[in-house]
Amino acid sequence: MSDAIETAADAHTPAETPGARDLFSKFDALINEREAILAAGVRDPFGIVMDEVKSPTLAVIKGKDTILLGTYNYMGMTFDPDVVAAGKKALDDFGAGTTGSRCLNGTYQGHMEVEDALKDFYGTSGAMVFSTGYQANLGMISTLAGKGDYVILDADSHASIYDGCFLGDAEIVRFRHNSVEDLDKRLGRLPKDAQKLVVLEGVYSMLGDVAPLPAMVAAVRKHPNCMILVDEAHGMGFFGPNGRGVYEEQGVEGDVDFIVGTFSKSVGTVGGFCVSNHPKFEVLRLVCRPYVFTASLPPSVVATAATSIRKLMGAGEKRARLWRNSKTLHGGLRELGFTLGTETPQSAIIAVILTDQTQAIGMWQALLELGLYVNMARPPATPAGTFLLRCSLCAEHSEEQVGQILGIFAAAGRAVGVIV
Amino acid sequence: MTDRQSIFDSVTAQIAPFNKKGATLSDSTTFAGDLEWDSLTVMDFVAAIEDEFDIIITMNMQAEIETVGQLVDAVAKLQAEG
Repeated sequence: MSDAIETAADAHTPAETPGARDLFSKFDALINEREAILAAGVRDPFGIVMDEVKSPTLAVIKGKDTILLGTYNYMGMTFDPDVVAAGKKALDDFGAGTTGSRCLNGTYQGHMEVEDALKDFYGTSGAMVFSTGYQANLGMISTLAGKGDYVILDADSHASIYDGCFLGDAEIVRFRHNSVEDLDKRLGRLPKDAQKLVVLEGVYSMLGDVAPLPAMVAAVRKHPNCMILVDEAHGMGFFGPNGRGVYEEQGVEGDVDFIVGTFSKSVGTVGGFCVSNHPKFEVLRLVCRPYVFTASLPPSVVATAATSIRKLMGAGEKRARLWRNSKTLHGGLRELGFTLGTETPQSAIIAVILTDQTQAIGMWQALLELGLYVNMARPPATPAGTFLLRCSLCAEHSEEQVGQILGIFAAAGRAVGVIV
Repeated sequence: MTDRQSIFDSVTAQIAPFNKKGATLSDSTTFAGDLEWDSLTVMDFVAAIEDEFDIIITMNMQAEIETVGQLVDAVAKLQAEG
């Protein structure tokens, strides 16, 4: 038996033959690039392990206390005592997992409670919870826009939006990032009677810039048969009077048909959702494949999410702290001489723009050695081929920590030669 | 000059600013191979072509277009439909 397996494995493994090709050959360039970087003694920016997580803002990485500045844990809910208690209770009462689809055996009382919490938070009649934010976009876009329909998306859209397009059968049209004119022009060239889904994001996650939603909505409304979906993954919790997102802050609530969001940022756990007032919204539960053909979230996760969402409704003080932190860091980094993704602090994401991969990795590693973790981002994830270090702030970063962060940036920036 | 030739000339004029390698342009020139364009360049270029001819080249269509000649034919077809 074991002989047979070995023989079978040999037959499919050409790795020993020089120059042999198999399905992995297309990744050779990437493998070589990575090996060259790691051979130079650099730590792997995409292989960080958190050995211990002490708080929303502090973890132990390779034995060293490290300030976390790249987690999207905007509101610091991951260790909220009420949230953790709700998860433990659900784990005891309902077990570790549902082992089933939302449409079959995978809807528990907790899934209904988290959908109710979302309806209350967003003031909508409908809410649908997916197993991840990625699946929420995948499901909504691929299901809403079918054959003969059009999806119109911003060029800088998140991968989950692109993948939602590719999963569906609609025609895909993209416009230049945040360009109202470009969006308007493209809509004007599409068949008037075709159904169209325009997909926008409140905050774009690479540079942390915000969409000019009122102007974009006005441009869309000039054209017939358009519905608007806004992804508020990076806006939920701290934009707008109720923390609903950029669309609330900018006053276009009446014009947006669908809001997609995630539990893995401000809410502090994992999961995705869509909320809407559309009277036929519920039918999506039967026709949306990324909703139907996957297991639902574990009871502990939906319990933590529901508790967190309800607490976020009254989190005015945290919101104020998060904005204060964002402004302090943005201003401080500019003063040090760093080039940032936005002229002003527009969100809780601050992108430090660097010249190339060598500088980006050098700076990233220098920060890490000094006890600060940020995200490194590179093409194709980034717009316009940029290399950047993405910082995302947390309401729980103390003033002292923000000061420490600026000190670490100053030291690393000078050591690597990014600033003088 | 045929319509196709005039579209070919307009397309090659639009390629020029992106033709960093100075590749010779013919119907069989490929965007990925000969011009070595990455996805970002393709996006900028497609937007320029769309605006030049007042058409939409959907991403679905773009996936089928590999050569300059295929693009010229697609533009001709889209203009005829428009």
